[in-house]
Amino acid sequence: MDWISRNLPYLMAGISVGGQYALIAIGYTMVYGILRLINFAHGDIFMVAGLLLVYSATVMPMYIAIPLMIVVTVIIGFTVERVAYKPLRSAPRMSIMISAIGVSYLLQNLALYVTGGLSQQYPAIPWISDTITIFGTTTKRVTVITPILTIILVVILVLLIKYTKIGMAMRAASRDFETSQLMGIKINSVVSMTFVIGTFLAAVGSLLFFTNYTGVTPTVGAMPGLKAFVAAVFGGIGSIPGAVIGAFIIGICENIMKGLGLTTFSDAFTFALLIIILIAKPTGLFGEKATDKV
Amino acid sequence: MSNDKTGKNENIVLQLENITMQFGGVVAVDNVSLKVGKGEIISLIGPNGAGKTTAFNVITGVYAPTNGAIYYKGNKIIQNTPQGKMKKLYQGENATLYAGKHVMAPTPDKVTKLGIARTFQNIRLFKSQTVFENILIAKHMLRTSNIFTATFRLNAKEEAQMRKESEELLKIMELEDVRDELATSLPYGKQRHLEIARALATKPELLLLDEPAAGMNPQETLELTQFIGRIRDEFGLTIFMIEHHMDLVMEISDRIYVLDFGKSIAEGTPEEVRNNPRVIEAYLGGAQDE
Amino acid sequence: MSKTKKITWNVGLIAALLIILFILEQVLPSGSMLFTVLKKGAIYALVAVSMNLLNGFTGLFSLGQAGFMLLGAYTYAILTIPSASRASVYQYYNGGIINFALPVPIALIAGGLVAAIFAFLIGLPVLRLKSDYLAIATLGFAEIIRAVFQWDKLGPVTNGSNLLRSFPTFHSVLYPFIVSGICIALIVLLINSTYGRAFKAIRDDEIAAEAMGINLAHHKRLAFVISSFFAGVSGGLLAMYQTTIQASMFKSAMTYEILLIVVIGGIGSVTGSCISSFLFIACSEWWLRFLDNENLYIGSFHVPLLRPGFRKVVFAIVIMAMVLFYRQGIMGTREFSVEGCYNFFQKRFGKKSVKKAGDTHEQ
Repeated sequence: MDWISRNLPYLMAGISVGGQYALIAIGYTMVYGILRLINFAHGDIFMVAGLLLVYSATVMPMYIAIPLMIVVTVIIGFTVERVAYKPLRSAPRMSIMISAIGVSYLLQNLALYVTGGLSQQYPAIPWISDTITIFGTTTKRVTVITPILTIILVVILVLLIKYTKIGMAMRAASRDFETSQLMGIKINSVVSMTFVIGTFLAAVGSLLFFTNYTGVTPTVGAMPGLKAFVAAVFGGIGSIPGAVIGAFIIGICENIMKGLGLTTFSDAFTFALLIIILIAKPTGLFGEKATDKV
Repeated sequence: MSNDKTGKNENIVLQLENITMQFGGVVAVDNVSLKVGKGEIISLIGPNGAGKTTAFNVITGVYAPTNGAIYYKGNKIIQNTPQGKMKKLYQGENATLYAGKHVMAPTPDKVTKLGIARTFQNIRLFKSQTVFENILIAKHMLRTSNIFTATFRLNAKEEAQMRKESEELLKIMELEDVRDELATSLPYGKQRHLEIARALATKPELLLLDEPAAGMNPQETLELTQFIGRIRDEFGLTIFMIEHHMDLVMEISDRIYVLDFGKSIAEGTPEEVRNNPRVIEAYLGGAQDE
Repeated sequence: MSKTKKITWNVGLIAALLIILFILEQVLPSGSMLFTVLKKGAIYALVAVSMNLLNGFTGLFSLGQAGFMLLGAYTYAILTIPSASRASVYQYYNGGIINFALPVPIALIAGGLVAAIFAFLIGLPVLRLKSDYLAIATLGFAEIIRAVFQWDKLGPVTNGSNLLRSFPTFHSVLYPFIVSGICIALIVLLINSTYGRAFKAIRDDEIAAEAMGINLAHHKRLAFVISSFFAGVSGGLLAMYQTTIQASMFKSAMTYEILLIVVIGGIGSVTGSCISSFLFIACSEWWLRFLDNENLYIGSFHVPLLRPGFRKVVFAIVIMAMVLFYRQGIMGTREFSVEGCYNFFQKRFGKKSVKKAGDTHEQ
């Protein structure tokens, strides 16, 4: 019992962080599935979502600020795709990835300019920031809500992809981009929809993530972004369930490392895990095997 | 190296023995055995999807065969037996023949170094390089320099030799006039020529041509026929090729092997193969269909 | 243009450049931003070229550059801090466990070698991965290295997460120019050798390259190790330039910056990487600095928006514009050369040679 109460906080934190990573990772994995693009800017959009709530919460009540933040984040995600990625659709894959790095650079510098480089205190969100007690450990309610909310959102997303027309178009586009275009799928709206879904989930993720976090700085998105991406690769990039499972594994491992007093290595461990998985299974846990035709 | 029943016969340049290549449940090449003698031009024909290119890929080390062995000039170079998951899935014959024997699965570069060069069905030239550079790159394999001597230009003599040989090859292959053009800017027929030239630059003894006449018109095919005969004589080559143009195949082949659904269904001289009812059936479908 | 003439021209140009730098240093005040840009630009040029060797010439998409620079920088710093200063630098670790100091050039090479050894070890498993997977694995490797170097158990060697300082630095702008120049020259020699051709073959078509007898694993590893060696050397130079180093400097953002330099210069162009690294550093550190000035007036008009940080926003927009509208980069895959200029001017101004060139083209 003593052991449980000592380690439970880490496990719960791990599941919670895993859920937050999962929400971000879906954005990576869906975009990669369709455009074969590592959207390096995704982590920064997550950061921007955090900042948006910081600023909007100062001038309006929370029940307006939160939906507004989500809508604006989605618009930013949509705009980024249209401005920075769409013109490069026929360009080599390298160019579009560089463009993503450029967007990331721009968003970080914009945030730096707006905040003046100071850490911004994230507003306390009623109800989910409340402290509760489970099995003798005190934690914020968000810790418990995150995994539940994550799973609900993922299930909705999977159903959406499986049973709606746009979902079918997405699956077709991720199978074969060119052919799906020839079959009359409006590829631009599919890609836009992907970004809209991805950024929406990232915005929700930021809400949950920052509630447990001290403040928002311009580079705060880089690490969770990178880890969420690692989670996506870990689970087999392109696969949504893979990304979610990968994210939970990484979140839990990371917090176990912290529990063992190896906080310095919690990030490094994630990457070590990734390298090991990639060596053993070069396309991740649930990725499809790719073969070159000779 | 080899002490199997086949014995060592220097006159058999290439020998496939019970080669099976299975991808999951699909048997692409099914227990194929064939021989290519020194100085011969041998053709491998068969309907689309018969496993011809897969056979080439097995010979050149792109895939390790699921079962069987390959000999080059009497030496065993490739050998494998169904292992792991394949053991259960295996549908070919002679699965036990090679069990327990040492697995040999060289990478394609090692096979090329032995003296087996190839061309590709879908032309694979070095896109950003000129015609001359494409050939020069193939000479890299024959270097004696290491990275330091090459960087500090201590291999100037060898480099000059490589360049000289490449120039000569350009001349023989009638590509001098496009020497400095980008490889991909050449017309299709010339690209095929360049692929052959590049393969020859590795100084092979056995040349594998994967559909050298694909996409060529009758005139070009005729020229290619003469050309293949000429390079065989000039470089003392043995040629093993996959081809669909029957005029070409019948004209220059010493012998022909026919594959259908991965199985070798016939072999013999052009005359024999032409009149073989199984071949006609494979190509035209069963007579009852008509 | 004959070969000797070409060599004379190149040597002459390099000598002229060094003399100009020398004179500038005598004339201008040493605090001038120009020198900051030149020093940092020369160092970044080296690491950009080393990255280009991998990404541009061999087609291996690796994002481990910051990690290898860290290895080089730390090796250099650890090996050169004078014994007398060690007690104060390693104040939390009883002066550290190393009690000697190596001469600067040897330490720089050692930095490169350490980076190369790590590259060799990590390359054994990682280089089998394809494109994006390789990128993310190398990026992860750089992050692991950064964490390991901050680990307090290694403090007696790495000083944990504290600063390393007091190691020898350079004052003259000629120093990074000469070191980077030699290294870049070596890379160029390599690229133009038979091995360089093999690298380009791998970039263009791995399967065909392998069929031409090029051992993929061996050549990829060579490119990776050599690129990392030079990244390590440039890390050492960066340490000298910064005068203090800390593992937290070498974030993945640094790799992205270098990648941007490579892309803006032109993937597959050495001179492009050099030119763009100077431009990149000049833009980010110097030319746009006025944008950070809050009290900028044009006439009596107070220019709005300006305050610290605005420079970087404008810079990022410039970069985005470059990436979107100038995809090939400054040089594409071409190289700037004396011969190229010579031919250009010949074409422009020497009518005879134009005709001749045209004739040969016709045939």
